[in-house]
Amino acid sequence: MKVLTPTVLTYLKVVTLVAVVPAIVGFVVVLAERRLMGFMQVRLGPNRVGPKGLLQGVADLVKLVTKEDIMPARAERTVFFLAPVLAVIPALTALAVIPFGPAVRIGKIKTPLWVTDVNIGLLFVLAITSIGVYGIILGGWASNNKYSLLGGLRSAAQLVSYEVPMGLALVSVLLLSRSLSMVEIVHRQASLHLWFIFPGLLAFFIYFVSGVAETNRNPFDLPEAESELVSGFNTEYSGVKFAFFFLGEYAAMIVISCVAVTVFLGGWLPPFPHVAALKFLRIVPPFGWFLIKAGLFLFGYIWFRSTFPRYRFDQLMALGWKWLIPTALANIVIVALAILATPGRSNGLFVLSYIFGGLFVVMFLLAKLRQKLARRERLAAIPASAVE
Amino acid sequence: MNDERPITGAEKDQATRTGEDLRAAALAAAESVPVSVDPPTLFEVQEMELNFGPQHPSTHGVLRLVIRVDGERILETKPDVGYLHRGTEKLFETETYPMGIPHTDRMDYVAAATNNHAFCLTIEKLLAVEIPRRAQLIRVILDELQRLSSHLVWLGTSGLDLGAVTPFWYAFREREQILDFFEEYCGARLTLNCMRIGGLPFDLTAGWVERLMEFVDDLPSRIDDYEQLLTDNRIWKKRTVGIGVISGQECIEWGVTGPVLRASGVEWDLRRAQPYECYDELDFAIPTRVNGDTYDRYIVRVQEMRQSVRILRQCIDLLEPGEFRGKVPRVIKPIAEEVYASIESPKGELGFYCVSNGTNRPYRMHVRPPSFINLQALPRLAKGHLVSDLVALIGTIDIVLGEVDR
Repeated sequence: MKVLTPTVLTYLKVVTLVAVVPAIVGFVVVLAERRLMGFMQVRLGPNRVGPKGLLQGVADLVKLVTKEDIMPARAERTVFFLAPVLAVIPALTALAVIPFGPAVRIGKIKTPLWVTDVNIGLLFVLAITSIGVYGIILGGWASNNKYSLLGGLRSAAQLVSYEVPMGLALVSVLLLSRSLSMVEIVHRQASLHLWFIFPGLLAFFIYFVSGVAETNRNPFDLPEAESELVSGFNTEYSGVKFAFFFLGEYAAMIVISCVAVTVFLGGWLPPFPHVAALKFLRIVPPFGWFLIKAGLFLFGYIWFRSTFPRYRFDQLMALGWKWLIPTALANIVIVALAILATPGRSNGLFVLSYIFGGLFVVMFLLAKLRQKLARRERLAAIPASAVE
Repeated sequence: MNDERPITGAEKDQATRTGEDLRAAALAAAESVPVSVDPPTLFEVQEMELNFGPQHPSTHGVLRLVIRVDGERILETKPDVGYLHRGTEKLFETETYPMGIPHTDRMDYVAAATNNHAFCLTIEKLLAVEIPRRAQLIRVILDELQRLSSHLVWLGTSGLDLGAVTPFWYAFREREQILDFFEEYCGARLTLNCMRIGGLPFDLTAGWVERLMEFVDDLPSRIDDYEQLLTDNRIWKKRTVGIGVISGQECIEWGVTGPVLRASGVEWDLRRAQPYECYDELDFAIPTRVNGDTYDRYIVRVQEMRQSVRILRQCIDLLEPGEFRGKVPRVIKPIAEEVYASIESPKGELGFYCVSNGTNRPYRMHVRPPSFINLQALPRLAKGHLVSDLVALIGTIDIVLGEVDR
């Protein structure tokens, strides 16, 4: 077993975790998305290629790879080529610091399920994912197409604005975790017996909304906006280059989900690991738990896509700057106060969890009530005989 | 701004009013809606000319708009129509009267029945022929089904334009069912050719009415489904409330008709104002709203769908066995005269102006297409809005390019 030195092992993990897994997962997610959306939209979704349409991803890949690679006549050639690469590489690189599970034993080798545990893991993720923006901006600019240019400009503004609340949301988590290392964050949640989603409920929402905006997904898919900008920044892209943008988008979704799982949902931990009654949940391996949680996030993405109309550009900016950033700032103060109020102990965090939980339930019920009242009012406005 | 604004118009009041009353009331009510003012610009204007269409997913066909934008703000919109021009009006002149009906199918191709109806109504006015009651009722049923299917297409596609993909599939599910009814009646699903001068080509097939009743009973809950997805949706409201505001007065000046006019507070519906067939016997409300924005146009159309359901129910109840075709001569040779007849198509006032010279072909046939005339208001609506809103506005005036270009 001399071959598998730690260095070789790391390389192997890099290849599997960072290149192979996202590619496969990407296509699984695409298929799941199309089938799920089919289900939500009273239609079937792809079901022709392979059993139950399972090979649709392969077919799509073959199609994209064999397609003619078109470059517009007056495009900026180098940048046009570079842009899809820039979109996909950062997203994949960010996966290097995600801890998918604790140490596992395969035969005689024992190895943790992450490529590396950098002590600035979270910062690394934030830094590297924001490079992905360049891919979209440059792609839109280099295409020499007005729609693409508008798409690129939209994404520039959008991504820059939403980096801020996302970072601020994560700052309040840092106050809880006291570490930037992704592995440490999970360990801290284990030792506190508390997932950070509870004291960080507000931060979680801000993070998730910003995350959806960061990945250009509905209802924030403005840079693409098929019905407005005819696919925006990627209008002129075809074949493999388009596939790269495509993979980049899905890889970014996976990264956002993985970070959310690690930071807010206790990473690979099963729900409430310290509760004896829930011990049976351990039959699912830690990696399994991670996948389930990340899957929930991805499901959320798909659900959003089939539910919401698209925001308008200025409304999107207003939402980011006027709502998310102030809220995120306030949240940092609240969390900091809760920690300071009970130094050295975590009681403050539990109190905070209850407050946030209660507020969430109350607001949810209020929203439901408001919806119901509005509907009743609307129906009352229609002449009685018209409603049967 | 997001308050629920009730639709106006008490029913009993409406029923007693005549077309003249409505005309006067409409003109009086038309001046209330405020007109949006262009926001001041902070920075130097950098213009860009953008070619919007004819191959663009949101122009609902082959509409081309040449727009001048500052960033994403629209300074000027110039519609360039004619990509689907087939010379329909000229074709009418070259063929006998009954041969004109299939050409009307291809004008507003998502609402062929109302086109057939308007055409036949014009020739019938020329011939002064009596339509049997059963034919009248079936015509109204077909019209209202067509209105439903046209509004469903509108609902689906305009949702799609704003990024709401799901309502589209639900709307088209119901539209398919409506097309099934048409198919069973006349064999076609889109280009129906389902009316004849003096009546109808066929009687209803056995069991058609019963199945229709089932569908009609089901429909209000389906409409509730669409409303659930959109009406109270925060993003939907953000994208539609206050977008493309036009006052009733301006609508009248532009000649805009149909749901767009009614959403601006003008209670003008030809089914009530100039009743044709047996609409004067039917009990239905004309939904109107006061703000004249995209959201109101949405509400008006959804309400109209509910009213169509009402009309369909009444017609089915009134239906009795009888003739389905009036006494029309075998060769149609009307006297030399000029007539204009119009109906309330799903998109507005659809009229045919026919000049007859006593032969079996029209000397001149002119169409008043609601899509074309409503489209003229687009530059006025779009000014000062963003490119994203332009998409919403094309959707909200509900055009069909076959009718715009003819």
